[in-house]
Amino acid sequence: MAAIRNDYVFVALFALVVLTMPLWLAPFGASYPDLMQKFAIYGIFAIGFNILFGMTGYLSFGHAAFLGVGSYAAVWSFKLLTMNAIPALFLAVLVSGLFAAAIGFISLRRSGIYFSILTLAFAQMSYNLAYSVLTPITNGETGLQLAISDPRVIDRALAAQGPGIPSPGLFGDGFTGMEGFYFCAIILIVCFFIALRIDRSPFGLMLRAIKSNQTRMMYTGFNTRPYALTAFVISGMYAGLAGGLLAVTDPLAGAERMQWTASGEVVLMTILGGVGTLVGPFIGAVVIKYFENIFSAFHEMKLNAIFSFLPDGLRDFVVTITAPFVGEGWHLTLGLIFMAIVIFLPGGLMEGARRIKAKFSGGKPPTAARSEQLAPAE
Amino acid sequence: MDQLVLQLLNGLDKGGAYALIALGLTLVFGTLGVVNFAHGALFMIGAFCAVVFSRLIQLETVTIDPEKLTPWGSPMEIRTPLVQAWLGDFGAFLVQWSVPLSILIAIPVMLLIGIAMERGLIRFFYRRPHAEQILVTFGLAIVLQEIVKANFGANPIPMSAPSALAGSADVGAWLGFPGIYYPWWRLVYLAFAFVLVGGVMAFLRFTTYGMVVRAGMEDRQTVGFLGIDIQKRFTVVFGIAAVVAGLAGVMYTPIVPPNYHIGMDFLVLSFVVVVVGGMGSVPGAVFAGFLLGILQSFASMNEVKSILPGIDQVIIYLVAVVVLLVLPRGLMGRKGVMEN
Repeated sequence: MAAIRNDYVFVALFALVVLTMPLWLAPFGASYPDLMQKFAIYGIFAIGFNILFGMTGYLSFGHAAFLGVGSYAAVWSFKLLTMNAIPALFLAVLVSGLFAAAIGFISLRRSGIYFSILTLAFAQMSYNLAYSVLTPITNGETGLQLAISDPRVIDRALAAQGPGIPSPGLFGDGFTGMEGFYFCAIILIVCFFIALRIDRSPFGLMLRAIKSNQTRMMYTGFNTRPYALTAFVISGMYAGLAGGLLAVTDPLAGAERMQWTASGEVVLMTILGGVGTLVGPFIGAVVIKYFENIFSAFHEMKLNAIFSFLPDGLRDFVVTITAPFVGEGWHLTLGLIFMAIVIFLPGGLMEGARRIKAKFSGGKPPTAARSEQLAPAE
Repeated sequence: MDQLVLQLLNGLDKGGAYALIALGLTLVFGTLGVVNFAHGALFMIGAFCAVVFSRLIQLETVTIDPEKLTPWGSPMEIRTPLVQAWLGDFGAFLVQWSVPLSILIAIPVMLLIGIAMERGLIRFFYRRPHAEQILVTFGLAIVLQEIVKANFGANPIPMSAPSALAGSADVGAWLGFPGIYYPWWRLVYLAFAFVLVGGVMAFLRFTTYGMVVRAGMEDRQTVGFLGIDIQKRFTVVFGIAAVVAGLAGVMYTPIVPPNYHIGMDFLVLSFVVVVVGGMGSVPGAVFAGFLLGILQSFASMNEVKSILPGIDQVIIYLVAVVVLLVLPRGLMGRKGVMEN
């Protein structure tokens, strides 16, 4: 987005778009808080992932582990300390950051596909352990849940215990309705601002240099590993924050959040939106979560209603053709779109937008986009 | 001792499946330089070849016999598979042995699918970065998986081994201490894996065709200068890799009922196997496959688990991490191939 030079204008625009989501998503049937929270949370996850993959060029296939660890940390904070969301998020970021530092320290010894396999191995280990041996911490298959008998030391010290299980919130009461969304949205905007500043900073430049040619960086005398590790930890913390927010909006943490397919999902989001761009990953997250929740609920009745303007025979035909792609089969559509994007538009939706813009403004096709493409650090 | 033998067999069995999938993965990487995340999907398609074949062969006619009554008092339905009606005992034999026989249709089907996949998609990705190869084949795997799910549903489909092989063999008796029972079908699977792996390796080692392929893996350009259309051979190798994965899937159906994500479940592990063995190295993948399979089943013994709780869950990944950090190109990787 070279078009907007001023960071603050950029962030203000982003904030405007995010905060008005309830308005402009209404026509798409997606303006309910539960879904918009997901948009914001997975947006944070993808923006953080992009700091590692998009800027530094390391493709991690195990980022869901940090999401899961963040969730567990947040739920434990609810159980032991207080239902307030702030300490929970703080703990989630801290724990996932430490976890990321440990994993990153080892994984970053290798690059390219070996790095991907190493992160995948660590994530699968965490997932398997969370299901089996670590059951006292993770509660295994059932998932970690709140209970009435939880200590909640701080809450109990400050106020008398009410009936029932309290829900997470900021001060006193739990989040209801839109509050949860706005809480997530504000955190998303802050995260976006931080990512923007990282992107514009000398540190961000260093990360991009690692991506474009790590060997040359090392020949010029830079030790690249600390920079890559910092990027890894930052993006792990973003993932942990997203995991913590998932726990805030729904205080339940399960091991399936750490499975490698979940790591694959964030890769899909980032690619779909546009690797290496700032807004792209967020757009990708919104598109995928929208598909997952709205598209998957389509069924034949609804299709019939949509295509009702067509003559009967044609409508039946169109409905039969489209039915396998919606509802249960939405993954099929996702897979096809994803393949099409990787084949024809490696820069994702953002590159598509850029191409369209270039076409309309009559300028020459964007050559800069090629250098933005994902190339693993090798 | 019983335990050890049993776990060794278990490990070899698991390792056989890993080795067969990893073999194809590493061949494709060694020849075309492509990281194929859709390889697990080929395993799954093979398994569903068996499902389709046995469904076809079990098409049956239902006649109602008014003479006999079921215990509920309704007329008894008599189901006769069509092939049995037409071919008599030979038909019954076909129905019984439908799983191993599906190999016959799986070979041409998998070869076609493999070559179509390579010509239709993979070849456009030779020069693209590995990350993009992973992503596009990952997308393809999702698509294939969903197509299968739409046609066969999400539940595992139970398949039975021929009744002659349904029981267990007393493996211990062969070794001199009776009392170790192991399912016949798993022994068959193990033998099958050995034969298939041996066959592919012999093909590469002892035939002229295989020699050219190996030469192409070493130095594609020079082989091209000698006037050989190496691309065509590599495409065939991709087809062979698809066949191997597919046959592994066919034979695995009586062990684990296939469902649409069985390929994905195997893919991650096979990938780890390939990397441990060394990317592009065929013997490495086979060796690492059996090694990891055996390690995994030994790690799941109670004696081991009581010392190191949870080790059975992580052993494969742990080995992978250690190998990757200590040996930069895996156990048997070639020098200069993907070392960084």
